[in-house]
Amino acid sequence: MELTGAEIVIRCLQEENVKFVFGYPGGAVLNIYDEIFKQDLFKHILVRHEQAAVHAADAYARATGQVGVALVTSGPGATNAVTGIATAYMDSIPLVVISGQVPTAAIGQDAFQECDMVGITRHCVKHNFLVKDVKDLACTLKKAFYIASSGRPGPVVVDIPKDVTALSTKFEYPKSVQLRSYNPVIKGHPGQIKKALKLLLEAKRPIIYAGGGVVLGNASDLLTRLVQKLGYPMTNTLMGLGGYPATDRLCLGMLGMHGTLEANMAMHEADVILAVGARFDDRVIGNPAHFFQNPRKIIHIDVDPSSISKRVKVDVPIVGDVKHVLAEMLALLDEMDKGPNAAALKVWWQKIDAWREKKCLNYKRDEKIIKPQYVIEKLWEVTQGDAFVTSDVGQHQMWAAQYYKFDKPRRWINSGGLGTMGVGLPYAMGVQLAYPKAQVACVTGEGSIQMNIQELSTCKQYHLPIKVILLNNRYLGMVRQWQEFFYGNRYSESYMDSLPDFVKLAEAYGHVGMRIERSSDVEGALKEAFAMKDRLVFMDFVTDQTENVFPMVPGGKGLSEMILAEDL
Amino acid sequence: MRHIISLLMENESGALSRVAGLFSARGYNIESLTVAPTEDKTLSRMTIVTSGSDEVIEQIIKQLNKLIDVVKVLDLNDGRYLERELMLVKVKATGAWREEMKRMSDIFRGRIIDVADDTYTIELTGSGSKLDAFLEALDKAALLETVRTGASGIGRGDRILKV
Ligand SMILES: Cc1ncc(C[n+]2csc(CCOP(=O)(O)OP(=O)(O)O)c2C)c(N)n1
Repeated sequence: MELTGAEIVIRCLQEENVKFVFGYPGGAVLNIYDEIFKQDLFKHILVRHEQAAVHAADAYARATGQVGVALVTSGPGATNAVTGIATAYMDSIPLVVISGQVPTAAIGQDAFQECDMVGITRHCVKHNFLVKDVKDLACTLKKAFYIASSGRPGPVVVDIPKDVTALSTKFEYPKSVQLRSYNPVIKGHPGQIKKALKLLLEAKRPIIYAGGGVVLGNASDLLTRLVQKLGYPMTNTLMGLGGYPATDRLCLGMLGMHGTLEANMAMHEADVILAVGARFDDRVIGNPAHFFQNPRKIIHIDVDPSSISKRVKVDVPIVGDVKHVLAEMLALLDEMDKGPNAAALKVWWQKIDAWREKKCLNYKRDEKIIKPQYVIEKLWEVTQGDAFVTSDVGQHQMWAAQYYKFDKPRRWINSGGLGTMGVGLPYAMGVQLAYPKAQVACVTGEGSIQMNIQELSTCKQYHLPIKVILLNNRYLGMVRQWQEFFYGNRYSESYMDSLPDFVKLAEAYGHVGMRIERSSDVEGALKEAFAMKDRLVFMDFVTDQTENVFPMVPGGKGLSEMILAEDL
Repeated sequence: MRHIISLLMENESGALSRVAGLFSARGYNIESLTVAPTEDKTLSRMTIVTSGSDEVIEQIIKQLNKLIDVVKVLDLNDGRYLERELMLVKVKATGAWREEMKRMSDIFRGRIIDVADDTYTIELTGSGSKLDAFLEALDKAALLETVRTGASGIGRGDRILKV
């Protein structure tokens, strides 16, 4: 039997076990939407802006590990999706984004709602396809899912002209795909793994530095076993939070620009670094020249060879799936009779504990004014550390990362690489749809939330009981902080004027709104909100306006050159 | 240092722009880039002449390998190789130049492939530096137009780039 292109799209999504498609209709995808109408194997979530469709699909992927799927129309639908795609790309999130295209005969004619989606997204996708022949459609979609989810994951765009969705062909979904040009390495090189272990065991001041690759590669359990077996200190990147239990003693917290004193100092002074699924990003190691001042050996495990020796020269590169490599390391370690250098490790821990003693995350508590850090601490308590926390971008994001102690992977959902304001609410939608019963908190700022606030309507339609935790400082806080530190207090355009009444706004969308103005009300309000299990509660916390995020490694400085709260 | 990178990629529309786009997006140099289908019609072969430190070249190779359409990458500078480029040069062939241009072409083992009343067109192949040397040696006043293909490279002996 022959199927139309539109029917084939639906069948392929079903073959891939897709549960949700986040999308927005338009001319070029009407044939596909007509087929969506006729089926009920997956649910279509109608967002209010295509950017949010991609973010929600992205969050679904981050929370579940499954490929997220978004569907948008040609032209403006496609361009609206680009920020979402770029965001997913920077954080290596597996996505398939299907975009409509004008009919093949009209391509290149500046047709109505035409844009060169393949050209526009070339630099922010793992790969993209324009399907010109309906006979290639099923195979292309199979490839798209395979490429998106294998190796270092990433978004794949499939651009489908309208006539291709109308034409018919025989449908056969390939069981598997082979691409001669794409064979991600899975197993690490055994010789390299041995070398790495030897180096690790000889270390006097070791540190294990784990990134988002651990979470994406489902390697948290193995990492945890390795760290605990060695008894070495470990630190997480912003993307790696939850990859190792934050409440464990061996975890020094997050490192980098707003990392803890103990994590940054330990990273700086370590003699052997084991990097697992992390990429020595500029927000993590600060000024590379400063980082190189200390001689040290670096072992780097990553699926993507191009991540290795990109920013820092690595001594023992191991290309492979982190899960396989860590399993291999643990097996070898079990066989060895030699263990870590206990005497050296003791001295090293004493040093680390002294840094820890400084309690760099302490902040001035206040009886009246709400400190943003306090809200996050209470959020952690009220949700028993078991919520999914999505965040936008800014100070609130850093406070959430610092003060919510993530013990499990895939609980912390934020835009690390691109730093996209506006992801928070759509991220919470993707997570809440994946886990309808879970507690989902969206930590946001009054700048960020207004970038996708229209999605409150989507939340109403699908009954998503998200808790929006707005840390409202009436400033684009992170911008203001930089202006305070580096631009002589010239607060150029960083004040958020004419803010809406968020309580009324939430109510207008059919949700519950709360304004919390006193420190003493924070805990009670959070409890009340989380008790409303079937309602979205928008919590407008009026916070200390000029609070800053500490510690801070100023741009261009070295990891050990942090500004601490107590310095000011 | 100057490197010649050879690669095989799927002969699909858009593959060329992926490679060219990679170089511009990541700020890598391209001195020249040539591409044409191979005897296997599903594959194109590209030769890229670039330059950079060892670290940059290592990244270029890795990034090229990462492109889904790229099947194989070889840094020809990792071993022994041959490099050839074709150049067509149009020169003035009037008065004394008529003899002089013929002589120059012979010295560099070029061929005159078009003869007109006032001009010659000379065809020359060789390494990039040989072609440069020819242009250097030429009387600038006689030079009307040049077109070069960019280098093609191939490994020596049993160094073979094939799928
Ligand atoms: C789309 C986008 N535009 C601009 C920025 C630059 N930027 C980073 S943080 C920030 C301020 C965010 O303000 P808000 O959401 O109120 O959070 P706060 O820092 O006050 O917690 C801005 C403008 C960005 N990251 N994303």
